[in-house]
Amino acid sequence: MVEDISNNDFTELVKIIQQRYGYDFTDYAPASLKRRFIRFTGYAKINSLFELKHRLLNENDFFQEMVQYITVNVTEMFRDPSFYKALREQVLPRLASYPIIKIWHAGCATGEEVYSMAILLEEAGLLDRCRIYATDMNAANLRKAEAGVIALKNMKEYTYNYMQSGGIHDFSNYYTVRYDNAIIQPALRRNIIFFQHNLVTDQVFNEFQLICCRNVFIYFNRTLQDRVVKLFYDSLTSLGYLALGIKESLLYNEQRHKFEAVSIANKIFRRKV
Amino acid sequence: MIIGGSAGSMPVLVELMNQLPSPFNVPIVMVIHRLKNVESELDKLLSVHQTIVEPEDKAPLLPGNIYLAPQNYHLLVEEDSTFSLDYSEPLNYSRPAIDMSFSSAATAFGPEVLGILLSGANNDGAAGLCRIVSKGGTGIVQDPATALFAMMPQAALDRCTGIAAMTVEQIIAYLKNISIANKR
Repeated sequence: MVEDISNNDFTELVKIIQQRYGYDFTDYAPASLKRRFIRFTGYAKINSLFELKHRLLNENDFFQEMVQYITVNVTEMFRDPSFYKALREQVLPRLASYPIIKIWHAGCATGEEVYSMAILLEEAGLLDRCRIYATDMNAANLRKAEAGVIALKNMKEYTYNYMQSGGIHDFSNYYTVRYDNAIIQPALRRNIIFFQHNLVTDQVFNEFQLICCRNVFIYFNRTLQDRVVKLFYDSLTSLGYLALGIKESLLYNEQRHKFEAVSIANKIFRRKV
Repeated sequence: MIIGGSAGSMPVLVELMNQLPSPFNVPIVMVIHRLKNVESELDKLLSVHQTIVEPEDKAPLLPGNIYLAPQNYHLLVEEDSTFSLDYSEPLNYSRPAIDMSFSSAATAFGPEVLGILLSGANNDGAAGLCRIVSKGGTGIVQDPATALFAMMPQAALDRCTGIAAMTVEQIIAYLKNISIANKR
């Protein structure tokens, strides 16, 4: 394991990855990314930065393993129940007025939040009119998300979150249990499309009434946050909604004047006309 | 200054907040193990003389302010004196993990960091505190003999040298001293 990475070595690693593989980590928040580089050297039993660079330059599979490890793929169903409650009460009734509702889940990881959203929409009677575009930069995540298989041991906590979010149905109706896994009801997946999209390098691809991008910005520096908020602004219909993570802020963003807050506590914003 | 605590650290934190020299002209960051997905008033409980804030992503670290790591995120500090949050796997069964905050402070601010590790019942914080010390910062643990749960401070003492064990009174006296030194 490498104990420490100097700023110069860090910049060089990021550059190698960008030039060799096209993944651009230049404007990621450095503290967290650096830590994950170091953690990866422990996992891959790499003892020097020279070895790390050498393998990155020469082994394609090695990078694929690394990208899986250095991106954060952690997620929960109904994380921050108060956010889902606000969605239910303040956002969905407005979305109901559209004939077709297009929703973008950017950085959906393994899909837990996408399915949470699908459950809300189903309960509001809107799922049939929705197209949910769930994207992530990591292909392995998307395969997992698409399968809709969740470890059963987490379901107790998710059920609790669901009830806190104002859910009144029997949560176990939304999945079937097989061995140690919960499998999301295929019916909930009927209007979800999973595909690869990298917020750093890819562009606008549709127009949405709601964009959810929760706990992705925390890995970006302010320059990149500015750029991605611009991308979201351009991807929203006027008066479209943008939902961020509960501790993410538009306060430091140069586009902040183009949005108004719908729920400050739950970080739900709305594009101005 | 960065403080980590877990089981049994609440009374100490309240005591520290009560006795904190005022004005205390450095930013203080507290990382406490706590439940997630429940409403919490920990920030209000600890706001004895001064409001404690849970920083949002990219918020600046300002002298004289006291920050509390939010639930269910790791809290990191960057070299440009802003906070970054991180939602990766729990470390040492904890999110926020004290090790992560301590290490990031050591990397960003080296010798300027004062790390204090209080009572707790696992070994989170030990590696981070040792890292602070190895980068030239100051490491203090609550004397395990006086901690409700000795494991956490003891783990740090066992892991590396150069960490001082102090009673709560000694910690407060120490803080008063550096606050006077800062004023000169």
